[in-house]
Amino acid sequence: MEFKFTEENIQKVEAVLKKYPEKKAAVMPVLYLAQDQNGYISGEVMKEVAFLCEMPEADVLGVVTFYTMYHKKPMGKYHIQVCTNVSCMLRGAYDIYGKVKDKLGIDNGGVTPDHQFSLEEVECMGSCGTAPMIAVNEDYFENLDVPSTLKILESLK
Amino acid sequence: MEKIVLPDIPNLHDIDAYLSNGGFKAYKKAVTQSPDDIIDQVKKSGLRGRGGAAFSAGLKWSFMPKGNDKPKYLCVNGDESEPGSFKDRQIFEYNPFQLIEGILITCYAIGAKTAYIYIRGEYHKWVNLMQKAVDTAYARGFAGEKMKETFGGEFFCDIFIHKGAGAYICGEESSLMNSIEGKRPYPRVKPPFPAQNGLWGNPTTINNVETITNVPAIINKGWEWFAAIGEPKHPGTILFGVSGHVNKPGVYELPSGTLLTDIIYKYAGGVPGDKKIKCVIPGGSSMPPLRGDQLEGVKMDAESLRAAGSAIGTGGIMVMDEDTDLVKVLARITKFYYHESCGQCTPCREGTGWMLKLLNRILRGEGSTKDVELLISVANNIEGNTVCALGEAAAWPVKFMVTRFRDEFEARVKSGISIDVRNKVHSMRKTVNPIAPLTLN
Repeated sequence: MEFKFTEENIQKVEAVLKKYPEKKAAVMPVLYLAQDQNGYISGEVMKEVAFLCEMPEADVLGVVTFYTMYHKKPMGKYHIQVCTNVSCMLRGAYDIYGKVKDKLGIDNGGVTPDHQFSLEEVECMGSCGTAPMIAVNEDYFENLDVPSTLKILESLK
Repeated sequence: MEKIVLPDIPNLHDIDAYLSNGGFKAYKKAVTQSPDDIIDQVKKSGLRGRGGAAFSAGLKWSFMPKGNDKPKYLCVNGDESEPGSFKDRQIFEYNPFQLIEGILITCYAIGAKTAYIYIRGEYHKWVNLMQKAVDTAYARGFAGEKMKETFGGEFFCDIFIHKGAGAYICGEESSLMNSIEGKRPYPRVKPPFPAQNGLWGNPTTINNVETITNVPAIINKGWEWFAAIGEPKHPGTILFGVSGHVNKPGVYELPSGTLLTDIIYKYAGGVPGDKKIKCVIPGGSSMPPLRGDQLEGVKMDAESLRAAGSAIGTGGIMVMDEDTDLVKVLARITKFYYHESCGQCTPCREGTGWMLKLLNRILRGEGSTKDVELLISVANNIEGNTVCALGEAAAWPVKFMVTRFRDEFEARVKSGISIDVRNKVHSMRKTVNPIAPLTLN
């Protein structure tokens, strides 16, 4: 399926390109815009981004696959990210992670069949002082325990 | 005690509150002096980088070539992905304009016309907050071409935010530049250093967010004032992020040289249940961990920590009480570096994987006594053999955790298993006639 930016997003792309002396440098912000519009980065998305940033498609692929935050497949409506790094782990992150896995019935990288939830075990999110934490899409939820985490999941409909 | 980076002033994230508390006075003072004077003052103040290496900020600036034949750039490193450090987000949230003012002064000093603030991708909220602050600065004439009208003079600079996408390695300065350039962010071989060959081959300086935020205060109050705070060799205040087994985790701005035990017990409220401390990592997960009995009298500055057998890093203090399973902690730290190794250098790419396999084997109770030695050997073969410091960051925790807590690791392994035989069995299992699994004794 061909991918084209919406009129509104094309203007955002134009604005982003102005921030850098070379078009190639805008690849990361343009990929973010594409992901926002399309939900994930498909081959067609990369083709369009490569065209806009005047770079080879292979280089776009190299960028996309390097970072964890560009999704290569459609994710759930709510993308649940559980930090299990040391500071969170010391305060019970693995209990939370285990319960979230049970509750959603999916493992790391999985998506529920109804595409409501996807799960990712993430590395340190910079919430060590308010550990443990989960992030739902772009929002942080901090100072959690198992009951409060389950409450958050239940509130997501 | 005076706070420099995160002062206790309400609503400082609002530009009017910032202005009524002396905002942009430092920049006005700076532009009446020559760039070399500014660099000289920062050098004399003794301000050292807060991102991990604790390199003199003024000295770094002085490496920038003079003259205008090439565009110059400033990169502000807010990638902050080191487990245990969470200080820069406080600056983005509570004191963004002091960061912006610091950027203006730094750009003036090194002659840069463009600054990129690199913020990690997970910090959506803080990217938005910082973007709002930058937009306000542009609208009010504190950034961009309008600076000429606001401050007079010919100098102006642009500030852009570049959002990362979840790669720890982008906190490494040359990787950060490749990331901004839109390349696959592998670290570059140095030399040439960024001051000669940085962004798009042009002279570039990279400083940590906290470092830059200190600059306006130095210009305002003078280098003598700054140099007198805390330890003379590493002056100023440091944002210490305390996490793990403490009653009041959080970010504490304290003078350098504050006792580590004071930070844990006086400020962070001690260990829950009054348990004993088994281990403290004083500067983010990549720094050598200290044993509970090594903490007495340790001061938190670069030199004192080096003498104590660790390093200041990003000032992220992780506290672990006596019930902590350190094999598990080390396996988790190693999993992080295994995940974040960019894959450019073989020792790091392969070595982190091997260390993780060995640690997981010990965790499963299948480790042999030789595994403990092997861990140190793998770590030693990574250290110093890679392009960037991620090699050291992965090797140090393993090397020092195993050496300093040897009994913990030896209690988990069995002498009855010979690693050589196990390896042979593994390789033979892949042949056409697999043999039965080896039983452990």
